[in-house]
Amino acid sequence: MIEHLLSMDQLAASDITTILDTAESLFEVTHRPIKKLPTLRGRTVCNLFYEASTRTRISFELAAKRLSADVINFSADGKSAVAKGESFKDTAWTLEAMGVDAIIVRHGASGAPHQLARWVKASVINAGDGCHEHPTQALLDLFSIRRRFKDFEGLEVAIVGDVVNSRVARSNVKGLLAMGASVTLVGPPTLVPKSAAAWGAKIVHDLDEVIADVDICYLLRVQKERQSEQLFPSDREYAACWGLDSKRLHRMKPEALVMHPGPLNRGVEISAEASESERAIILDQVSNGLAVRMSLLYLMLGGRESGGGAEWS
Amino acid sequence: MGGGPSHDHAELAAPPGPAHVMESDEIRRALTRIAHEIVEHNKGAEDLCLVGIRTRGAPLAERLARSIASFEGVAVPSGALDVTLYRDDVALKRPRSVEQTTVSADVNGLAVVLVDDVLYTGRTIRAALDALLELGRPRVVRLAVLVDRGHREFPIRADHVGRNLPTSAQEVVSVHLMETDGEDAVMISKLGGGRA
Repeated sequence: MIEHLLSMDQLAASDITTILDTAESLFEVTHRPIKKLPTLRGRTVCNLFYEASTRTRISFELAAKRLSADVINFSADGKSAVAKGESFKDTAWTLEAMGVDAIIVRHGASGAPHQLARWVKASVINAGDGCHEHPTQALLDLFSIRRRFKDFEGLEVAIVGDVVNSRVARSNVKGLLAMGASVTLVGPPTLVPKSAAAWGAKIVHDLDEVIADVDICYLLRVQKERQSEQLFPSDREYAACWGLDSKRLHRMKPEALVMHPGPLNRGVEISAEASESERAIILDQVSNGLAVRMSLLYLMLGGRESGGGAEWS
Repeated sequence: MGGGPSHDHAELAAPPGPAHVMESDEIRRALTRIAHEIVEHNKGAEDLCLVGIRTRGAPLAERLARSIASFEGVAVPSGALDVTLYRDDVALKRPRSVEQTTVSADVNGLAVVLVDDVLYTGRTIRAALDALLELGRPRVVRLAVLVDRGHREFPIRADHVGRNLPTSAQEVVSVHLMETDGEDAVMISKLGGGRA
């Protein structure tokens, strides 16, 4: 397995399958009375978060703890040395000096995890960098889809909304295409630019054109914090044109699913009814994330003591 | 042994390859005997649970369960355990994909028989005991193996053995099963490929 996970580009379909198969086995562990494995005893994992996060940080923390690793949570807020002006590089070296084995990093700047991986010996896992990638979100989404549909071949996935600002979209398109699904990006031309065609997905600007044909409607969060200019007139206008409301929900195929990476803007990209319908697997995505991150931590950190590791007999 | 494989002339003349030590009929008879021993030792098939250690212990546990069902008329719960994440060498080896642990029965209070193909150092069984105890507290745990090849590194012994096979540490014992390899056979070969 790879040393760092920075982008979905690093993973071939066979690597993704290994991660998802192992996650399937670890999913069973997360439902036992004793949810703990001794696998990463003595290893230290650091959550290095320069941006706000609830589910990703907690999910990684719990995943590492379930594998018996020690966990350090570091948030670049008023309580850390970052507030005193410590640079990203000095923070990285400080963590290295304390002997951490893995750094889970979220940063507002695209490429920050790549830079970090050049500075430290620890494994670096990208937990979201700017508008670039969020590979573990894509892996847990693939896992959630495979648990329902078994196979990606022939699956029609629409990714709807703020595609241009979305690291979730970028990682998911790569993962879904690698596994053989077909992807359509849906949204206004300001949020789904023509240049996105280079990703290998189809582009459609009208949600009503595709909603009745898709197996999965994946809604992206409208990212108000990343929107420097007005890319659409108003929330109400957005909801009317690209939001999943009850009318569109009822036009979907009987077995089609609704997904969302969270947090939700109810009434904007998704209506309350759609988010609470039986089609929505938004909370499954969260619980599946735990098994997927456990799988990844084991596969990346499992054999590091001997520098790559010997084969099993 | 350093310096590469050392063959004498007789070995060089013979085509290299594993030597069969158990054929499919012998495996079948050994498993039938073990099935009877398990029931006899347990004084019946009540509160029994057979748990195979992945990979090849799992089909063996299923065969034993079917065998017991055929002569006792009782369905014995069986399951499979992947012990990879409990091994003491997990930090030394390259990670591999982990298979599912599926033990349908609640093991609390049951007599659990762990089943594996080859008993060697005992380290796999040590890991299996840890993995099993995460699922509950069995009343008693016993061990059944198709082949015991010796060279224990832990104070562990099997209660039911198909064949005791004296080996040297330079030999490799491999078990092939219909379910995983398309044939039933136990073979022994020299480390590095030659005939033992």
